[in-house]
Amino acid sequence: MSEDFNDNKTIQAQSSEAISGGGSGIGADADYVRPAEVADQDLYHGHSFITKWIFCQDAKVIGVQYFLLATFTGIIGLILSWLMRLQLGFPGLAPFMTAEHYYQFVTMHGMIMVVYFLTALFLGGFGNYLIPLMVGARDMVFPYLNMVSFWSFFVAVGVLLASFFVPGGPTGSGWTLYPPQAILEGTPGSGWGIMLMCISLILFVAGFTMGGLNYLITVLQARTRGMTLMRMPLTVWGIFTATVLAMLAFPALLVGALMMSLDNVLGTSFFMPTILKAGEVLEYGGGSPILFQHLFWFFGHPEVYIVALPAFGIISDLISVHARKNIFGYRMMVWAIVGIGALSFFVWAHHMYVSGMNPWFGFFFATTTLIIAVPTAMKVYNWILTLWRGNIRLNTVMLWCLGFIVTFVNGGITGIFLGNVSVDVPLSDTYFVIAHFHMVMGIAPLMVIMGAVYHWFPLVAGRFLDEKLGKWHFWLTFLGAYSIYFPMHYLGFIGVPRRYFEMYDSPYVTSAVGMNEFISIAAFIVGAAQFILIYNIIKTLKTGKPAGHNPWQACSLEWLTPTVPPEHGNWGDRLPTVHRWAYDYSVPGAKEDFITQTTPPSEVAHTKVEKT
Amino acid sequence: MSDFKIEGYELKPGFKGMAKDTGSDQTMFKGVHWGKAMMWIFLLSDTFIFSCFLISYMKGRGSTIIDWPNPSEVFGLHVFGVDVPLLLIAIMTFVLITSSGTMALAVKYGYEKNKKMCGWLILATAIGGLTFVGMQAFEWGKLIHEGVRPWENPFGAPQFGSFFFMITGFHGTHVSIGVIFLFIYAYKTFAGHYDEGKRGWFTTMKGDYVEIEILGLYWHFVDLVWVFIFAFFYLW
Repeated sequence: MSEDFNDNKTIQAQSSEAISGGGSGIGADADYVRPAEVADQDLYHGHSFITKWIFCQDAKVIGVQYFLLATFTGIIGLILSWLMRLQLGFPGLAPFMTAEHYYQFVTMHGMIMVVYFLTALFLGGFGNYLIPLMVGARDMVFPYLNMVSFWSFFVAVGVLLASFFVPGGPTGSGWTLYPPQAILEGTPGSGWGIMLMCISLILFVAGFTMGGLNYLITVLQARTRGMTLMRMPLTVWGIFTATVLAMLAFPALLVGALMMSLDNVLGTSFFMPTILKAGEVLEYGGGSPILFQHLFWFFGHPEVYIVALPAFGIISDLISVHARKNIFGYRMMVWAIVGIGALSFFVWAHHMYVSGMNPWFGFFFATTTLIIAVPTAMKVYNWILTLWRGNIRLNTVMLWCLGFIVTFVNGGITGIFLGNVSVDVPLSDTYFVIAHFHMVMGIAPLMVIMGAVYHWFPLVAGRFLDEKLGKWHFWLTFLGAYSIYFPMHYLGFIGVPRRYFEMYDSPYVTSAVGMNEFISIAAFIVGAAQFILIYNIIKTLKTGKPAGHNPWQACSLEWLTPTVPPEHGNWGDRLPTVHRWAYDYSVPGAKEDFITQTTPPSEVAHTKVEKT
Repeated sequence: MSDFKIEGYELKPGFKGMAKDTGSDQTMFKGVHWGKAMMWIFLLSDTFIFSCFLISYMKGRGSTIIDWPNPSEVFGLHVFGVDVPLLLIAIMTFVLITSSGTMALAVKYGYEKNKKMCGWLILATAIGGLTFVGMQAFEWGKLIHEGVRPWENPFGAPQFGSFFFMITGFHGTHVSIGVIFLFIYAYKTFAGHYDEGKRGWFTTMKGDYVEIEILGLYWHFVDLVWVFIFAFFYLW
């Protein structure tokens, strides 16, 4: 196996090199970066097809694998949402849509989109691809573990999708999987379905833990020379903090899923109270359903920020690059990310205002929920101030960024409504809630993903995506998403409850029917518009405009690799040396409107660049 | 570790040093092996798992309507005609804590590159762990024989059986995984894999004595968790 390791002298640490700028001259002292602390990473280079593309240990390939599998799962979630909208807009049109199926699709859509699509895509996809490149590492610190992480995710997705084919079908208890009904007869998939869901979640958590340890240690211990924490791009900060949240929040989900499996299989009563069913007392008794809700939401709320923080980070970088301005208040942005992350562990019970818990609890959690709006609002102001008087390129990436800001503000404001107990109680379990969370953690992060795909595709594939198709994709998605979710707020105000299969002859019918049809048609169009991206990717993979080196004139390290797309090991025979933060755009006096992170100070001594 | 030095970087003690290290480039924990940092963070995550288990247990115990059984009776042993409460648990705890001691010594000898002592001490740790798991199996067998099941319990609240089997089972799994790795590491130590830097079977990374310390961290953590389980389950 030894021939698989590149032991030749070209890939060695630059530890003996002391002064990068040479011995003489004024710049030499300013350009000094102290030598490397640890020896260069020793990497396994696969040669066969299997070790290069399937069981691959290269973080970039693993990132793409995560991206593709998460997207595949997301498309299944999208199709499920179509089927749900078909039923809601045009009840009875599809005879196979029974109430059972409707609940199963609600559940699977929710779980797939939150966990298997957004989380996997942001952390597994973007995290794997971007972290080593952005901090100047050759790879993740534990490449083998990283590979196992992806394949655990693969098995988790397999188990999840297998539940469509077991007796009783997938679970239909809603994505929150609340007991007791999740495992009682009468709920669809109460036997096999919920079992497979729990197993799949446990596998996902195990796989994610392996990946998460990689992201954390790579950021903490494997940065390149000169890369301090406060010089990292905000993308890395977002993914890093989200990973910390995940490492501390997923345990609660793991424990909840395990205890629920035991309730289901062994007949324990962790979450099961005494239950009367058709006049008979069931074997269960003495457990606490509220305990599950606490465990679930101790995971569930940080989960919202596990999705949101990477989105915050990525959008900051995209806006900065395409507005040709440094990010406004970089340190404030970092502390806001960290602060949101810390606060997110103290707000979970705002999902449980109507669960019957002590009202004082609601008071506490309403307060913390409103406090978390402060750092979040700071971030929004900073994005807008970054755009302010910037040299904005109104390309597809920027459109997605602008779309994100609008959508996020929109969803954030309804969140302040719902954070207050007295407003939440009448609105809970209505379409207002659906509209809120789809805006804030569905559409907004999705816009970031889209922007990020258009931004980093030239790095991954070496070619630009088609701008014209991209603009069609954006406008259809943006206007369409608003057509779907804006009316839903109104549906919520008139009291249409969520998770109802049909409205039957309720008084809502008259005013809600037309709107439901409109929403459904918009949903079909928006869903279909996403396939424009897939067509765009397939088309431009071969025929797109070649991107070359650093096509967006960005400062951050991922664009500065010797080859595009970067090869295994990322940096050729010499690791980059970092002298500044990732945001030196439009510096007065500089030759170009960007100064890369690797540019030594002596080269830009005549400009007004600040020391970062 | 006072002779530890980094070229071009002055290490400072205390909080000032911590702030300086955090603000510096390359690494946050100076001189800490990647695997060791990873194990610490993994253990933090694992702490949350066990905390969730124990908090759920407290909630379950606090809210059941049927009385919780008296642990010193349930976990008592009848030896030589005398009822001794918590006898088996006391021995189990003693064995596990002792194995932590042998593990710590193994780490010391590992860094001294004393292959023989190190290997024997790892083996002793593994046997301690195995004894613990064996006694736990005996205890499970005894309780099952007396009619305790995850779903029922002749001594009182059925949740007693549920939480007992789940939490000790989860901890026992941790110990068993540790024992498997201890045996593997004992073999690797005796075979000299750490001296020659032989590459791992799966990870293909070069072997180093630091791996023993990393496994040691895991092992001490498993012991520490046991102390909490012991306190909350057997003494409460």
